[in-house]
Amino acid sequence: MNFCPQNKIKLAVNNIKKTFEDTPVIKNVSMELHEGEFVSLIGLSGSGKSTIFNIIAGLLLPDEGSVIIDGEEFTGKTGRVSYMYQKDLLLPWKNIIDNASLPLVIKGYRKKDARQEVSGYFPTFGLAGFEHKYPFQLSGGMRQRAALMRTFFFSKDIMLLDEPFGGLDAITRSRMQDWLLEVLPALNSSVLFITHDIEEAILLSDRIYILTDRPARVKEELRVPLPKARTREITTTGEFNEIKKYIFSIL
Amino acid sequence: MPKKSVNIANKLVPWLFLILIGLLWQLVVDRGLIQRFILPSPWDILATLLRIFPEIKVHLMTTIREALLGLFIAVILSLTLALLMDSFPLMKKAVYPVLIVSQTIPAIVLAPLFALWFGFGELPKIIIVVLVCFFPVVISLMDGLNSVDPDMINLFRSMGAGQWHLFRHLKLAASMTNFFSGLRIAATYSIMGAVIAEWLGGITGLGVYMIRVKHSYALDKVFAVILIIVALSMLIFKGIAWSENLLMPWRRLLNKNQSEVNSNGQTK
Ligand SMILES: Nc1ncnc2c1ncn2[C@@H]1O[C@H](COP(=O)(O)OP(=O)(O)OP(=O)(O)O)[C@@H](O)[C@H]1O
Ligand SMILES: [Mg+2]
Repeated sequence: MNFCPQNKIKLAVNNIKKTFEDTPVIKNVSMELHEGEFVSLIGLSGSGKSTIFNIIAGLLLPDEGSVIIDGEEFTGKTGRVSYMYQKDLLLPWKNIIDNASLPLVIKGYRKKDARQEVSGYFPTFGLAGFEHKYPFQLSGGMRQRAALMRTFFFSKDIMLLDEPFGGLDAITRSRMQDWLLEVLPALNSSVLFITHDIEEAILLSDRIYILTDRPARVKEELRVPLPKARTREITTTGEFNEIKKYIFSIL
Repeated sequence: MPKKSVNIANKLVPWLFLILIGLLWQLVVDRGLIQRFILPSPWDILATLLRIFPEIKVHLMTTIREALLGLFIAVILSLTLALLMDSFPLMKKAVYPVLIVSQTIPAIVLAPLFALWFGFGELPKIIIVVLVCFFPVVISLMDGLNSVDPDMINLFRSMGAGQWHLFRHLKLAASMTNFFSGLRIAATYSIMGAVIAEWLGGITGLGVYMIRVKHSYALDKVFAVILIIVALSMLIFKGIAWSENLLMPWRRLLNKNQSEVNSNGQTK
């Protein structure tokens, strides 16, 4: 079995609700993320996925409900989980190493120490040799990896990734997925992942939450019955296709 | 043509144009089409400039001091006010509209007032320079601060960044481009502001000297001073462009990247 139920709950979202002006966007969403788990959220565009992330990150207050991290109340509190936006949001005036070490600088590291700390990870993130380049000198895929690296350095234990590969072409995207499958076990993080791509969700996740159209509710929670260690080959198996068919039938 | 020589040629063109105008001017005066005491020739002006330079030096230093000091104070004030307005929304609500409107008042018209209040020393001139430089800098700085991507701000907040980190690593850096475009305008204003303030009277300064030689109808000297003022303004302008490159190395790289893309497009 790919997922051990005895792993403790890192993050729990309890019954959150959110209404913007008169539009209810989130209605009674509850979800949880266990230690070391990779969980995807899929749902139509505009269904409220990013809003859920904003609430978990503490940037938005839910009208009702709570966010619990490691057993502690974190509703409306920022600075605990790391959050990667749909856009890479790299600072154009900082080179890659300074972009990646920004979270450490914010935490109070000296610039030199922060650089020292992140520099060893450049090969892991496929960015060796690009430490002193500026974001505009990098390809889309590399920028995405740099943003991921920054996200990772803010907090390794819980990462919220909002469509990190959304803007990439199909080939770069599948390379990024392969790369993620390869590095994830070593990072030992718990990840919540938003995507529109059902194959991507199945390939990467231990579990998938399928959301309804706005206002968002959890329509279905699905455990992916595939072994934890995966490669791209798995996408051509019958099992994989069965899961895909099942998800399409729900959507 | 190779790219490098194209670039050099592009830089030469305006200079050639200037030299052409100078030659034409020289010719007009030499032929007696315009009399020398009304319009001295470029050659006369240069000769005068060399001759009077020793006596002008003290005036030059006064004007440079007033302009740079005024510019410096204006930048410090703008940064402080922008920081305050950015941190306290109420202050921004109260002050920003007033700033925008007051920009339409030419600060120079206040010069006689300051001369009256503060006498003929350097202080009233410095105040004028501060006033003319302050508005373009603070307005462009505010434009820059207002244009920061809200998602970037949220990203910083999600990382638990406080006001200081937000300002230092995001807002200030993001408004640098705007800040420098305001500063370039202010820099040219600074020399002009000091000179005009000096016209109203004073002990030393290029403006004081200019009025003096004008009264004795030494037009070649007037022109020589104008030449110095132009050179000075351009020098400050250059100095700012240079510090811009120093502070924002990424900008230069970005521009280079873009111009390479453009010139590649042209050759095809
Ligand atoms: N700050 C806000 N004020 C008002 N409405 C908002 C705000 N943020 C989001 N919305 C609305 O809430 C709804 C959900 O937005 P959200 O960004 O969460 O969707 P999403 O599921 O992430 O969509 P996508 O997949 O396209 O990124 C949208 O209709 C959006 O217009
Ligand atoms: Mg979204």
